[in-house]
Amino acid sequence: MSSERHRRRVVVTGLGAVTPLGIGAVPLHDRWTEGVVGISDGAGFCRDFEAVDHLSVKEARRLDRFSQFALVAAGEAIGQAWGEEAPYDPFRLGCVIATGIGGQATVETNIRIMDTRGSKAVSPLGIPGYMPNAAAAAVTMKHGLRGQSYGVVSACASGAHAVGAALRMIQYGDADAVVCGGAEAALTDFGFASFHAMQALSPTGVSRPFDLRRDGFVMGEGAGVLVLEDAESAAVRGATILAEVAGYASTTDAHHITAPEPSGAPAARAVELAIRDAGAQPDDVDYINAHGTSTQLNDAAETRAIKAALGDAAMSVPVSSTKSSIGHLLGAAGAVEAIATVRTLQTGVIAPTLGLDEPDPELDLDFVPGEARALGTNGHPPLALSNSFAFGGHNVVLALRGAPGKP
Amino acid sequence: MSVTTEQVESRVVETLASFGPDASQITRSATFEELDIDSLDLVELAQVVEEDYGVVLKGEDMKELKTVGDAIDMIVERAG
Repeated sequence: MSSERHRRRVVVTGLGAVTPLGIGAVPLHDRWTEGVVGISDGAGFCRDFEAVDHLSVKEARRLDRFSQFALVAAGEAIGQAWGEEAPYDPFRLGCVIATGIGGQATVETNIRIMDTRGSKAVSPLGIPGYMPNAAAAAVTMKHGLRGQSYGVVSACASGAHAVGAALRMIQYGDADAVVCGGAEAALTDFGFASFHAMQALSPTGVSRPFDLRRDGFVMGEGAGVLVLEDAESAAVRGATILAEVAGYASTTDAHHITAPEPSGAPAARAVELAIRDAGAQPDDVDYINAHGTSTQLNDAAETRAIKAALGDAAMSVPVSSTKSSIGHLLGAAGAVEAIATVRTLQTGVIAPTLGLDEPDPELDLDFVPGEARALGTNGHPPLALSNSFAFGGHNVVLALRGAPGKP
Repeated sequence: MSVTTEQVESRVVETLASFGPDASQITRSATFEELDIDSLDLVELAQVVEEDYGVVLKGEDMKELKTVGDAIDMIVERAG
């Protein structure tokens, strides 16, 4: 490890989510804990979400659904962190909003318009709608964030990469607070057909991470947004600290465009580095929010990765996946699951891996089947990991630590 | 095909209202700035006008337009 240099500590002060479990970060974890499955008709749709309930007509019609989700989640997170008036110079406020795909529905609509009515009928709102950075731009405009802002694209790791980039931005001193997260809305016929063609989707439409019968993932849509702040500045202004973003690491398989590296070694390295980045040891980890997609390959490789990284400590760490409750939110998944992990630290309740009834003998970690349980701690603020592994071989692990004084 | 001012006005108001502003605010004297109608909205309006009336409004034409009335008058004049 390189010699310790001064790095600013970074805390979470706001959470916002739009998921198949409803609108809000609290319902996400509460309903998951209660065993609610937001998946129906083979996908995790945000059925409660009507853009005009939350946004002006102008905002709603100018934004693709993925950006609408992001804007609503960001509004909740910023409302919790500081409300209307930001306590920082606008040029010290950053924004990183990830997506795996961008404005899929807007692309499709405009291609149909072009095919039926000609190229001159293509909407001037096409590009502003579907460009993958549209969500980041929308959040900055709505909230006057004038520091660094951009989108991040790394398929199913995008949302976690956004949190990692935001963490580094604050640690390095380029921003004092960053609104970060991910958004996805790819539940179109073309989106389903494309993932189906890869044989990645569950033909039964049931997500069962780490179960012997797991047969693929179930797509979902939504967004998760967090407000990260420099810990010292947040303390000075008296903000409520929800958790600390203690560590982050990212590695790459460099193996196959969709299949994970089967040994899990590159993913394991990301887990090890994230723990080290948090200044912790493997046996300090109290909970892991798994990537847990319910595909044969991911769940096997992730299990190997956790074992390789944690060694003897692996067998005693509770590991659960959010995906059987909400589906796989692709570019939003990493951010939404980081939020679920922060809520786990806040509430001291580990939600179970729903749908895991028939354990795979090869996958023998403690995957928290059945019911929620208390987060065990050793007197210190608890440490949790949130794993994200993507098509393209991108591996991201976030290490989140409970706020002092929390369970 | 002749087009009346009333027909154009009604179509323009309906189109602009779909972009966000309240229909009651969209009077002939209302400026696009007041209505928060920007250049992207005006390109969309031009697409509707071209499809309905065959009138082509280019970028430089749009720059001249300050009020809803300006747009209606230009469209009626060119359609005639």
